[in-house]
Amino acid sequence: MWEYTDKVMDFFHNPRNQGVIDEKESGQAITTGEVGSIACGDALKLHLKIDEKSQTILEARFQTFGCASAIASSSALTELLVGKTLDEALSLTNKEIADYLGGLPEEKMHCSVMGQEALEAAIFNYRGIPLDNHEDDEGALICRCFGVTSTRIRRIVLENSLTTAEQVTNYVKAGGGCGSCLTDIDDIIVDVAEEGFTLTEDLSSEANIPELEVKTLTNLQKITLIQQVLEEEVKPALAKDGGDVELFDIEGNLIKVVLKGACSSCSSSTFTLKTAIEARLRERISKDLTVIAV
Amino acid sequence: MKDCIYLDNNATTQIDSEVLTEMMPYLNFYYGNPSSMHSFGGQVGKAVRTGREQVASLLGAEPSEIIFTSCGTEGDNAAINAALIAQKNKRHIITTEVEHPAILSHCKQLERQGYQVTYLSVDQQGQLDLNELKTSLTGNTALVSVMYANNETGVIFPIEEIGQMVKEYGALFHVDAVQAVGKIPLNMKTSTIDMLTISGHKIHAPKGIGALYVRKGVRFRPLIIGGHQERGRRGGTENVSGIAALGKAAELAQLNLPHIHLEQELRDYLEDSILNLIPDTVVNGNKTNRLPNTTNIGFKYIEGEAILLSINKYGICASSGSACTSGSLEPSHVLRAMKVPYSVLHGSIRFSLSRYTTKSEIDRVIEILPDTIGRLRAISPFSSDNSTWLQEMEKEALAK
Repeated sequence: MWEYTDKVMDFFHNPRNQGVIDEKESGQAITTGEVGSIACGDALKLHLKIDEKSQTILEARFQTFGCASAIASSSALTELLVGKTLDEALSLTNKEIADYLGGLPEEKMHCSVMGQEALEAAIFNYRGIPLDNHEDDEGALICRCFGVTSTRIRRIVLENSLTTAEQVTNYVKAGGGCGSCLTDIDDIIVDVAEEGFTLTEDLSSEANIPELEVKTLTNLQKITLIQQVLEEEVKPALAKDGGDVELFDIEGNLIKVVLKGACSSCSSSTFTLKTAIEARLRERISKDLTVIAV
Repeated sequence: MKDCIYLDNNATTQIDSEVLTEMMPYLNFYYGNPSSMHSFGGQVGKAVRTGREQVASLLGAEPSEIIFTSCGTEGDNAAINAALIAQKNKRHIITTEVEHPAILSHCKQLERQGYQVTYLSVDQQGQLDLNELKTSLTGNTALVSVMYANNETGVIFPIEEIGQMVKEYGALFHVDAVQAVGKIPLNMKTSTIDMLTISGHKIHAPKGIGALYVRKGVRFRPLIIGGHQERGRRGGTENVSGIAALGKAAELAQLNLPHIHLEQELRDYLEDSILNLIPDTVVNGNKTNRLPNTTNIGFKYIEGEAILLSINKYGICASSGSACTSGSLEPSHVLRAMKVPYSVLHGSIRFSLSRYTTKSEIDRVIEILPDTIGRLRAISPFSSDNSTWLQEMEKEALAK
């Protein structure tokens, strides 16, 4: 039997915000995100009511097919979302969902990952970003049993500082079927660790540039600043690996970039995106920024 | 958790108080070694002999045909091991897709060692196709190992028909009867079975004791190699208290067999009530060829662990074939082999009764279950097979 915290059991027995959202006023939008797989035994449909002007989540509801921790994680997610702007919501990690519940058994961490993915799907739906272009679906298919790509494994390794293949299985199920990809997962973990090391080195070697003034920026100022940081700091680091990046558009705090050169086909592009680009822009301009590749 | 409603008897059973009384002296007083020359040990040897006679009687076997083991898994492993050592030139094994891991994992390992293994498929009712067995048998087949009844669905296989076919090809026939013993009358004297595994804790004896029946004349080589115990067929000092307990449990099981229909009546009452009261429920497995104490019911659109934890709140114990309960991430291999749709499979719950189960316990389950299932279904995104999302996912799962 699993050792669930009292909070998990409370959210399972008395879930908050279950159900659908079917009423909205003018100036509001309703969006949904669906993730999961019936073969794996869990599926989540997340419903968000958004205030269009302020881009704020007014209400969040869930419908979940899954175990006790899947239901509790979905419910916890909805509690965490209300009042957040979409950009703030996008920066929510699966770890925050698990932490909110006082932790989940390691083998059940994938339930919190499902919550984070449903959230992303719902916001992408609202913004009209096709889910087929979801960055996690790119990259080589590593786990055939559960359909998990190298990109998705990299991301979860990075965001949760995972160090073993067993942990990866607990978080995204990869390797939990026939187990034949466990060595590939080990390789990815080693890669991520090595890349993380060199990238941080590259960036920190030039890190003695004075902090840029950050106040309330106009969109134009923001674009100029982003361009400046990309040109002066990010591009030189990426160029060492034959990669490049261009600013495509910005929507509030959501920065859309196009990865070019080696980056566009590289299976570690999510890693690049999060570590080399997003982290740098957050550090230089605003911690609220989120970077996605289009 | 003393006042629980225990409907998980295919997992393990409570120790019968008579069994406990029978075994206790060998734990707290008669601690002698049955192999010793002195009479302090000798009287312990008598308990081992009695236990062997009682087990033999339940199986319709000779006492000399009984080897005590530590569990069902050991019995299964030992049977396969012995069959292969005895027929070194034969490299083929036949078993089924729905066996217990004690057989399946062993067979997978033997495949890596160069043996060829045929896994017989089952239909949607969990039944074998004997034609498939017939076409799989060859002169190279060393062993056919088929369970008497499935632990998850209770479906019973046509053991004697299978045995007849196996004998025509000169192979050995092993049967894992861990779930069947005590629920179905067994008689090795008139059977085609060469080896048969039983386990104590499924028939109200404690965990840690089991037995393997090996027909007289079948060449046997031990799995656990050591001293002369069990006439050289299983090394290791005897688990005397366990043997005394298994003997008594076998005797009680034999006495209970004429009353087994009482368990079946309660099982049917539970099953019929659930099917009548709760929509979108299905029985997994053939309803007639089934153990009298087992029902496996799929509650569509919800997940098994959530059901189990919900009824656990009321002290009701059952089990599920869902991925989330096992920790293995893979749902029941038995239900998957039966091609049960995923929307049913993940919400499948096994209720298994024993001679201790009462009508008032079943009434309580029937009282609680409809609301519990209703609550979880209200949370689920699915409420019918027509859901496009569900259909897409089922299709995707099948394609894999």
